[in-house]
Amino acid sequence: MALQAVAFYLFALVAVVAALLVVFARNPVHSVLWLILTFFSAAGLFVLMGAEFLAMLLVIVYVGAVMVLFLFVVMMLDVDFAALRGRVAEYFPIGALIGVILLVQFVMGFAAWSEGAAHRAAAATPTPADLPNAHAIGMVLYTQYVYAFQAAGLVLLVAMIGAIALTLRHREGIKRQDPLAQIHRTREEAMEILDVKSGEGLQETRS
Amino acid sequence: MTIGLEHYLIVAAMLFVVGIFGVFLNRKNVIVILMSIELMLLAVNINFVAFSTHLQDLTGQIFTIFVLTVAAAEAAIGLAILVCFFRNRGTIAVDDVNMMKG
Repeated sequence: MALQAVAFYLFALVAVVAALLVVFARNPVHSVLWLILTFFSAAGLFVLMGAEFLAMLLVIVYVGAVMVLFLFVVMMLDVDFAALRGRVAEYFPIGALIGVILLVQFVMGFAAWSEGAAHRAAAATPTPADLPNAHAIGMVLYTQYVYAFQAAGLVLLVAMIGAIALTLRHREGIKRQDPLAQIHRTREEAMEILDVKSGEGLQETRS
Repeated sequence: MTIGLEHYLIVAAMLFVVGIFGVFLNRKNVIVILMSIELMLLAVNINFVAFSTHLQDLTGQIFTIFVLTVAAAEAAIGLAILVCFFRNRGTIAVDDVNMMKG
């Protein structure tokens, strides 16, 4: 139990400190890297809670795909980030005020919540005791929640098409292949039979 | 001492508040705002998983998968819009997003 507590406090501390550094870092590239550290720590917390599948999902999908996408975009955009910093001191009090109010509300909400026996009885999909986490999730995800799963796939498809449609552009002055025009060429417009006289070049014959 | 549900809820609450704070603190930088939103979604996910494992109900973990899906879609679309906006205006400052103003 002591080891679990040590691991929890380590992951929690790293997650919160890295989250603060995401917000306060001057360079957005550093922000992305701190965010990656936050996600890794959260994955550690997931493992501690016993949700190994989601921990791996967080590392692979989030750190591996989404954060790398962030990193690419931040590095590709040639933005003067120093100019974007600007008036941090101006926004600090209102942000801190809203943060404190929110935290107080969370504390009040959690303090008022108490667990009853009804909560466990109302479990929609009780965790099977004898199955590993990934196996149990698969048993539920592909049966009870299969339509929601398909809808999630559709959301990803729409997002992919949307991202491509938004960012794809045809630049002027670049030669592109047009397969339809290539297929529809006829012999008459592609070939020309010239009677070249001897002693003259092609230019003279044509003119 | 044992680590219970409350510990995880406190961590999630702190992450969520940091995310909200980041939205207010970096009001001019869209990229950091998007990252703050990711932080808030992570806090929500921690809450889901904490309750799911505490109450022995897998539904929370299933829902976390869907939250991750939507967050990934949101990040992709948001960054695509950002790239589009940067191409048109040459900046990503939120203050310059005023083309719809009459």
